[in-house]
Amino acid sequence: MIAYLIRRILWAGVLFLAVTVVTYVIFFIVPADPARLVAGKGAGPDEIARARHFLGLDQPVYVQYGRFLWRLVGHQSLGHSFTNRLDVNGVVASAAPVTASLVVGGAIVWMLIALPIGIFSALRPRSLLDRAGMVFVLIGISAHPVWIGLIFSWLFGFKLGWTPIANYCDFFNPSTECGGPVQWAYHLILPWLTFAILFAALYARMIRANVTETLNEDYVRTARAKGAPEWRVLTSHVLRNAMLPVVTMLGMDIGLALGGAIFTESIYGLPGLGRWAAQSLDTFDLPILQGIVVFATLCIIGFNLLVDLLYAWIDPRIRLA
Amino acid sequence: MALLDVRDLRTHFRTDDGIVRAVDGVSFSVEKGKTLGIVGESGCGKSVTCLTIMGLNARRNTITSGEALFKGEDLLGMSRSRLREIRGNDIAMIFQDPMTSLNPVHSIGKQLLEAVLLHQDVTKKQARARALELLKAVGIPRAERRIDDYPHQFSGGMRQRVMIAMALVNNPDLLIADEPTTALDVTTQAQILSLMNTLQDEFGSAIIMITHDLGVVAETADEVVVMYAAEIVEQGSVDQLFHRPQHPYTWGLLGSLPRLDADVERLVQIPGQPPSLLNPPQGCRFNPRCPYVMSICRTERPPLAPVSDEPGHVDACHLDEATKDREGEKLLAGMLAEAS
Repeated sequence: MIAYLIRRILWAGVLFLAVTVVTYVIFFIVPADPARLVAGKGAGPDEIARARHFLGLDQPVYVQYGRFLWRLVGHQSLGHSFTNRLDVNGVVASAAPVTASLVVGGAIVWMLIALPIGIFSALRPRSLLDRAGMVFVLIGISAHPVWIGLIFSWLFGFKLGWTPIANYCDFFNPSTECGGPVQWAYHLILPWLTFAILFAALYARMIRANVTETLNEDYVRTARAKGAPEWRVLTSHVLRNAMLPVVTMLGMDIGLALGGAIFTESIYGLPGLGRWAAQSLDTFDLPILQGIVVFATLCIIGFNLLVDLLYAWIDPRIRLA
Repeated sequence: MALLDVRDLRTHFRTDDGIVRAVDGVSFSVEKGKTLGIVGESGCGKSVTCLTIMGLNARRNTITSGEALFKGEDLLGMSRSRLREIRGNDIAMIFQDPMTSLNPVHSIGKQLLEAVLLHQDVTKKQARARALELLKAVGIPRAERRIDDYPHQFSGGMRQRVMIAMALVNNPDLLIADEPTTALDVTTQAQILSLMNTLQDEFGSAIIMITHDLGVVAETADEVVVMYAAEIVEQGSVDQLFHRPQHPYTWGLLGSLPRLDADVERLVQIPGQPPSLLNPPQGCRFNPRCPYVMSICRTERPPLAPVSDEPGHVDACHLDEATKDREGEKLLAGMLAEAS
């Protein structure tokens, strides 16, 4: 187990280097000049050159990357923004809780939607409930989150006035206008739903398929032959096995979902990592972008590690292998 | 009264292609403490018969009729909760493939405990003691340590022993074994069969042994039912069936027994395929494959008729008894000659 963990962590380091190198390379392939943007519209060649030197952009790419790495490892610093000199650590620290609230809450919402639909569809195949569930799945997969977001905020926020349609409230430190768990959740209801629908649809279909398959397993028949009631057969024998692949997917998708968060954050004006990433792409603000990539990579690696450990806990065959 | 009395059991499945008559009017009974062998090719309905008795067929698209009286109670007509009380407690079942019949995510101890706790009002500790006792009885070495192991840590033969332990843990009156040795290698097969024989003496359970292997029947059964295409074609005691086989299909099964002691180039096989149960042949269902086929066989279904001088021995064939006796003897003599 220890050797396994060490191996996993070393691989995580390799993965981390690879991802940051790729981000750097892509950034420098894009034909744009951040120095020109920083120096402003009316700047002459001298000022642009000065800005370029100040930002370190006159160095070769590998030197810049080396500096970035050194700053990160030596000083745990992600550097400063090109455009407004903001401390990137600060930006990530303020944006990460927003995205985490959205993604984790969204994941809970999508599982809460997907589990009942998937399980009951599998238990009653071809029933009305199954067909209704699969129609939901089709809509959920086909509809773009931006469209869903706009429809939701128009319907629930504007027309019905049930929920706020923008802004984020801190879970802790209530400020004057809003804050605290209730306001936090209230403001996140629509973002959560918007964010969750696509995944809820995908997961409902996956859970339905897994449960259907597991219901046909021999050991489920054995459990029934023992005289176990259906509810017990379902919870103790079917779900534990059917959930194995779902747990894996969940770990991977929560990482992927960070990307999906861009849309939701933009629609609802949430100051999360996604919105920062989108903005910094517009202004070629490499440090911020790189900071978010670094953070996201760490999160994904962490989630995958967590999933592997969780998996070993659920499935004894892996634990001992 | 017989322990289990099955009367005119029919199980039909509705499919997109039509109705599959998987079991079509089967009657037999099992006496207390005795073993009934049900023999037949794959797809002849022997497993479905037992799954129907246990109420384990999917309810969707299944039409069941007839009766299965267990100690006088009809298993087919009773409430699901009453049936659950009986399953695993009075009637237990073991299955063909021990590799897939145990839940991979629970330790075998947990699965055995579940079987006990579902039916007995005992503490976990007592249940565990009972589980351990059974694991020892079925010959799991170092049972105290292995009880917390998971199914994948056992070999196929050991898993089948665990399945048997789990089936017997509540002292059932009837054990249904659906090809319990088919997935095992030959030496393990012999071990499992002799284990089942020993345990039957010890626990006094009646057994329904489903198999396609007449060798298994000869070793374990008291009574035998031969099934072909969802129907019974011959039925009698083991002695009767092996000494005076009456039905051409039974002859076919006997003739196709592989023999280690005879130098044969090829195994004798019954020509052709078992018929589709969507649309079984007119008359005798064995007629397209029967070497003795007569014109009446193609039009008229032979009823199960008693064999003279042998109480309890019945068969369904249009051949006259003299011919059947002669051909049966010829086959047995041939087998004996090969053996010597």
